[in-house]
Formats: sequence, structure tokens, C-alpha cells
Amino acid sequence: MAARIGAATRRAPLQILLAVVALLWLVPTIGLFLTSLMPPDLISAEGWWKIFSQPSLATFDNYRAVFDDQDLMTALWTTVQIAVGNTVLLVLVSAMAGYAFAWLPFPGRDPLFVVVIALLVVPLQTALIPIFSLYQTTGLFDTVLGLVLFHTAFGLPFGIFLMRNFFIGIPKDLLESARIDGASELTIFFRLVLPLGLPAIASLAIFQFLWTWNDLLVALTFGRETQPITVAVFTQLRQFGGNIELIAPASFISLAIPLAVFFAFQRYFAQGLLAGSVK
Amino acid sequence: MAEVAFEGVSKVYADGTRAVSEMALEVRDGEFVVLVGPSGCGKTTALRMVAGLEEISEGRLRIGERVVNHVPSRDRDIAMVFQSYALYPHLTVYDNIAFGLKLKKVAKDEIERRVERASRVLDLGGLLDRKPRALSGGQRQRVAMGRAIVREPQAFLMDEPLSNLDAKLRVQMRAEISRLQDDLGVTTLYVTHDQVEAMTMGDRVAVMRKGELQQVAPPQELYDRPVNLFVGGFIGSPAMNLLTARLEREGGWRAVLGDGVALTLDDEMVAARPGIAAYAGREVVLGIRPEDLEDAALADGAPEDRRLRGELRLRESLGSEVMAHVAVTARAAETGVERELGEHAGLNAIGGDGSGTAVLVGRLSPRTQAREGEQLELVVDTRALHIFDPQSGLGIYDANAGGAGT
Repeated sequence: MAARIGAATRRAPLQILLAVVALLWLVPTIGLFLTSLMPPDLISAEGWWKIFSQPSLATFDNYRAVFDDQDLMTALWTTVQIAVGNTVLLVLVSAMAGYAFAWLPFPGRDPLFVVVIALLVVPLQTALIPIFSLYQTTGLFDTVLGLVLFHTAFGLPFGIFLMRNFFIGIPKDLLESARIDGASELTIFFRLVLPLGLPAIASLAIFQFLWTWNDLLVALTFGRETQPITVAVFTQLRQFGGNIELIAPASFISLAIPLAVFFAFQRYFAQGLLAGSVK
Repeated sequence: MAEVAFEGVSKVYADGTRAVSEMALEVRDGEFVVLVGPSGCGKTTALRMVAGLEEISEGRLRIGERVVNHVPSRDRDIAMVFQSYALYPHLTVYDNIAFGLKLKKVAKDEIERRVERASRVLDLGGLLDRKPRALSGGQRQRVAMGRAIVREPQAFLMDEPLSNLDAKLRVQMRAEISRLQDDLGVTTLYVTHDQVEAMTMGDRVAVMRKGELQQVAPPQELYDRPVNLFVGGFIGSPAMNLLTARLEREGGWRAVLGDGVALTLDDEMVAARPGIAAYAGREVVLGIRPEDLEDAALADGAPEDRRLRGELRLRESLGSEVMAHVAVTARAAETGVERELGEHAGLNAIGGDGSGTAVLVGRLSPRTQAREGEQLELVVDTRALHIFDPQSGLGIYDANAGGAGT
């Protein structure tokens, strides 16, 4: 007992330090949340810490206003469509391509894989203008589909790379055993490779979802009417300068959803990062 | 159920390496054939060709009446047990066993019936809901067997299925697989590098070396009449002692091992090997199995002309027997084969120091009083000697010089 207390006190300084760092890290988020709870007229006059001395000031009126704002709600729905759509598409294509690169012999497989890896270094900004003119002519400009395809395309090199390297760690015997058991390649993929690849798939999905949910640049380039939440919040900022009572809650909602997704899948996420390191 | 036939089957890789060379072997319906050989001899490649996991470069492979060279694995109707067991880690034991049946769209109650029966046979009753990671090595091995059994295939293929088990479990599973195969009567091709498994399990044993089949025979015949030096040296542990000797015929036959050291050959043994006549006055390789040596002190009345003398270099007491390493005046055979075998066995079965002495390993009675460093006299049971041609390595049996005679 005494020993345990001793050990705890020795660890205490480190733990206090970590708690302080974590708290500092959270200050902007907490500030944003508390701001979103303050009445509009108070925001410009007082700092968000005012709420600590007058908790009675807190109100959810701002949130009500956001939920009543048709434009913002549409933008939120657009964001969901883009983020979910491109994540699902990316995971499916990456997993299939990764399986092929890992286990199906076909001519030119390895050089092709090198090309895919090389595409990792292409910055997405260089593609904005060419894709813009392409979308203009094909009618993909200002559509959800256009944004989904763009995000998917730029997620693929990393996605394929991650999937292939995870799948190659699946013991060959398993696949051969399934083949002898009577499984076709498609059956092997869906009943064996996908379930076994779950940690890697979860990692990729979370990465891609967070990345595209928070995207501003691509949506700003390829959308006019099609606005995700980031763009909608951004325009509010520009048009009205101090429209903070709408921006703060909208930003917080925009932040809360991916956070919820992350916590829902973080178990797989943590596993996925360790994939292959421990056998 | 069906026979599995290799008809001149070869595996040639792109770089020209021949992993398997014109293999001809028929595993009869219901037979248990063991493919054995040192690592890299092509036995696993041969098995994988039957499974459809390796392409067949030349020849025909037949399962039953069907040539399966270009039939994909999933349509060959065979089951394979892998060395690693290859259990699906995300499925329960039940689903692992039922996997192949579900893919074949077997009716649900039929699947249940078969899995239930297999789990009873393999004693897996309480484990069906577990995942493979919650099983011990022996249990995993049983699940892998169960997965093969429920398929009720044309043939079982087993790739060193016992090599990941500890020694005790291996002995137990060895007996169990033999019994199971007997009960089910399924044609089985079993690959191993362990000659004990080969000898105890197989109806017939096929010895491979460098992609070529050396001899296919029932275990005892393989042991008693090895077709060549390689088979003679490979089968048996400790390995057969191989010495260079000159055969002389002066009334009876003698094998001269060195200056003043000779063994008189047994008349019956000579009579059983008419081919020996052509070797009078020539050098041969003489094979002496360790169990055909005995401490002369324990063998009263053994003829004087069938003895070897030497220093006891090492005495390994195993309780039931004593392995005696004795340096005698003789020349260890040097045909290249024994070096290959020595590497495989990892023991100094055929050792010499090049100075006119060779170290023989004898399996002596535990009652022997011999001590290390002392002189020991050995009696050789010359009825059981093996004689090989030093050039071709073939065993000398029939009159048609060096034929196997089997």
C-alpha cells in the first residue's frame, strides 16, 4: 500500500504537467464552445471567460438559430454527403486495388505500384486549375459528385499504399487455404481480406473522413452553390465580419461530428497504427 | 475418393531451376503415401502442384479419372492441411470448419451434422465457439484436420502438419492422423522431412532428393533394401555408417576396410545379392546400420572375422541404449552423398579425420561397460550389411549390376 502511494506521488508531477498541457491545448475549443453559448450582444462586449462569473448567461439560443438557418443546414448536409461519399468510395477502391497489388499476379504489377507510390508526392494544389477546366467542360463543376471524385482521386495513392502494405502481411497460407476450400477471388476478398483488414480500413476511413470534412480549399475551388459547412462558415465571416453568434456554434457543430466519429472508431484507429509492428 | 497420379510431372522455374523432375508416382485410392526428403528436395512443390497452388510445367497430374493440370484449386475437390494450420483468425472454430461447406452451398443442417461429427471425432466439442487465438497448438491442429475432414474430399494433402507441435503432442497426433486416415479411407499425400513420421505413418514412403524421386516402397522395404546410398543414409537414425571397402573373394567373400581389417560377409547375404559377383576385387561402399553393431563383450561366441576394433570417442547413454562413437581403422566413404546427408541429419554420422580412421556410430546395449577413451571391440552383424556401387551410388542387389530389385 505504502509502496503504491510512493509510486503514485513519484508519477504525480509528470501527470500534472500532462494535464496542464492538455488543458492549454483545449483552451481554443473550450473558448469556442463557451462563446457559442453567449448572447450575441455580450460576445462583442465581453470575453468568453465572462461566462464563468455569470453561468446564468449561458443560452442555447445561438444553436437554435443555426438549426433554423436553412443555408447552414444545407451546407452541413452537403459536407456529410461529400465526406461520407468519398470515404466509402476511397476505402472500397483502395482495398480492392491494395489486394490486387498484394496478391494477384498481373503483368506490370510492381512498376505500376511504384507509379502509385510516386503519386503520393504530387501536391493537390497543382491539380486545382487543370481539374477546374476539366470539370467546367464535363459538368462536374459545382456538384457533390465532382468534389467526391476529386477527394477520392487524391486519397487513392495513400489509400492503396496503406491497404497493399497491410494486406501483404496476411499469411499466404490463409488465402491458399481459402482457395482450396473453394473460394473465388471475390469471396476471398469480401469474406477474408476485408474482415482481416479492418484495422487498416478503419484508419484509412478516419483519416480520409477528417481530412475531407475539414476541407476548405477544394470545396471553395470547385463549388459555387454547392457549399460544405466550412465554406458556409467562411462566407459568413467575410460578409458580416462580426457575425460571431452564428459562426461560433456552426464551427463547434462542424468540429463535434468528426470528433464523435473519431471516438467511435478510435479503438480500430489505435490498432491500425500498430498494424504489422507486432506479430 | 480417388487415386492421385503424377505422370512425368515436372516443375521448372523461369530461371531454369527444376524443382521437381519427371515425377512418376501413383497414390492409390485410399492409400497413405508419405513424401519425405531433406529441405529443398521438391516435396512441398510436388504437393502444391496437386493442390493447384503451383503450376505444372510438364507432365500430367491426374486425380481420379480427371487430368487437373489446368483445373483451379477450388474445383479439384481436395483438402489441405498446412504447416501453419492457416485457420481464419476472425472466424470461430465452427465457422472455420464450416467455411468450405458454406461456400459449396451445402444445406445448413447437413453442415451442422458434419461439423458435429468431425468435432466429436477430433474431440473439439467444447471449443466450437472459440476463436483460433484462444486455442493451443494441438487444438489448432485438430481444427485444421476438422476443416479437411468435413469436406469429404477426393484426397487429403498434408504439408508437414505436425512440425509446429512439441515432441509429445507430435507423437500423439501422429497416431491420431494415422487412425483417422484408416477410418476414413481417404487417399492421402503427406509431406514431411521427419523420417520417423514417414516410417510410422505411410503405407508407402516416397523418398525425394533434388527434385527426383529416389524410391517408393513400404517403410520396412525402404529400410531393408534401400535403392541407393541416399535412401540408405537418409532413412534410419542415427544414420547408416558408410565406409569404403574392397570386396575380395577367396572361397567366401570378405570386405577389406583397411590394413589387416576385414569383415567376412555372410553367405546368405551374398546369395541374396547376385549382383555382387561383378564387384570381386573392386571397391564398394559398405553400409552398416548402428543397430547391427554390438559390444563384443556382450556377444559371446561371435565369430572373430566379423569384428572391428577402435577407440570409443563418445558415449551417449539414452537409458534404453548407448550410442557409441568408435574410431576404427577404415576409410569413410566419400561420394558427396554423405556430406549432403550429414548436413541434413546434423550429426556426425559418417565422420572421419582422413588419417585412415573412420568414426562409426553403434547402437549398443545399455549393459555395455565401455568407457570413453578406451579400446572397444565391436561385433558386426554381417547378415544386415548394405553394399553400394561407389560410382553410381546404387545398391548392389540383382545380377544386372546395381539394380534396385524391387
